[in-house]
Amino acid sequence: MSTAVSTGITREWQRFTLGERLGRYAVYVVSAIAIIWSLRTIEVIPEFLYDAPAQTYDLFERMWPFDWRFWPTVLSGLIETLHTATLGTLMALVLAAPVALLAARNITRSVALNQLANLILVSSRSVNSLIWALLFVAIFGPGALAGTLAIAFRSIGFVGKLLGEAIEEAQKGPIEALTAAGAPPMAILLKGYWPQVEPSFWSVALFRWDINVRESAVLGLVGAGGIGVALDTATSNLYWDQAGLVLATIFTVVVLTEIVTSRIRSKII
Amino acid sequence: MITAEVLAHSAPDGHAGASASNRDVEIRNLRKEYRAGQPVLRDVSVTIAGKGMTAIIGPSGTGKSTLIRCINRLVDPTSGQILFMGRDLATLKGADLRAARRTIGMVFQEYNLVERLSVIENLLCGRLGYMSWWRALLRRFDAADVARAFDLLEAVGLGEMATRRADALSGGQRQRVGICRAIMQNPDLILADEPTSSLDPKTSVEIMEVLEKLAAERGIPVVVNIHNVELARRFADRVIGMSKGMIVFDGPPSALEDHHLIEIYGGKGWLEG
Repeated sequence: MSTAVSTGITREWQRFTLGERLGRYAVYVVSAIAIIWSLRTIEVIPEFLYDAPAQTYDLFERMWPFDWRFWPTVLSGLIETLHTATLGTLMALVLAAPVALLAARNITRSVALNQLANLILVSSRSVNSLIWALLFVAIFGPGALAGTLAIAFRSIGFVGKLLGEAIEEAQKGPIEALTAAGAPPMAILLKGYWPQVEPSFWSVALFRWDINVRESAVLGLVGAGGIGVALDTATSNLYWDQAGLVLATIFTVVVLTEIVTSRIRSKII
Repeated sequence: MITAEVLAHSAPDGHAGASASNRDVEIRNLRKEYRAGQPVLRDVSVTIAGKGMTAIIGPSGTGKSTLIRCINRLVDPTSGQILFMGRDLATLKGADLRAARRTIGMVFQEYNLVERLSVIENLLCGRLGYMSWWRALLRRFDAADVARAFDLLEAVGLGEMATRRADALSGGQRQRVGICRAIMQNPDLILADEPTSSLDPKTSVEIMEVLEKLAAERGIPVVVNIHNVELARRFADRVIGMSKGMIVFDGPPSALEDHHLIEIYGGKGWLEG
């Protein structure tokens, strides 16, 4: 035994195999080529770059002081945005729950249905909320309804994926115990899975609401209601003092929702 | 839905007909292969008496857990029969299987409580097989069940823990809750899969005492998997020794001698001293 150890096994150790190392070098080379290539095709117009600081300063100067006569429009837009975000999130939670159950392999033991659920989740996520909004504006006309549906459909993928993963991570022990007690499937979902998934559920819901407040703020740019409509109006009229007020309001609201959701989340978990 | 209702109503009558005194579990040629050609249970045949405590001893990986889990079908046997209360448990499906399972309580090594539910609700989970799921959703548990759950908690010394969350309890306390949950089913049989393996020696004895007492008071037979020979000797009326998927000893604890233990566990260095 001892001779085999001292002679047969070489005591060298490397983090990666030869193949892995070659692969890593290839990634470095490709990255370098990509950077050089993009630098050569980026076509920065030097004139724009040179006076960028002056232009930016000029823009901010035109925004200040804010035009407070515009405030009632901004406020009603803001309320609509918050409604859009909240209703859209609620709708997404309702729509995503069954998809999450279908996607969770420990609940739905059919690969075909798992794949179908994943397809739904991926399609929801891969389409930007502005694109969803364009679609719903075309169907329902401009307004907050289109915005709410856009937010909801965009969120299904995010909520469904995280919820499905939380369900898959549920401990098997309690489920086994309830099965052994003869509990029907719905009771096992309610008393075995739900208590385990509940913290993630609320955490995901809050996180998504936080994101949705930001996303619904820009939906007005494509006519789907909310504070974005006010921003669109102000910028098309070149009323920068009004646009400044809208941007400052959005910034304040985003910071506030961030603070509120992180406080609630730390209390839940 | 209709069949489930009918079964729910006919079950108590069925019990009376099958004479509650005969709760023997008759296992015939039970075989389990997780991988084809590699049996974990090799055609085990044994009748477990429907009273008192039967201990199954043996080394890890010898099929004890598989045997016990075949009885309530947490594991599906490859072939063989398990006759209990006039049914072959090995062939049941769907609502019939659930109706059979709710008459068999189970105690687990890792307690398997729902950690984020209160202690009292964990006990009431033992009643889920007897109620509709929407009642579970609304937490509308039967008042008599709730009263019985509180009585049981008092009996195991956890009365003041009723509204605490299960994850606030110690290992010994959790296992008491696990035993109470099984008792809440009003079972005709209790299966215990290594109920003391995660506990210290003193708590292990206390848990076995609680299990024995609560079951004996209600005349419920207990089958317990246990690798601790001393505990098996102390609490069981009958010991079944398993090795490599077969039964190699079957008799009263007094008949269990060192040469049996060597046959069950192999080697003998561990017996000395």
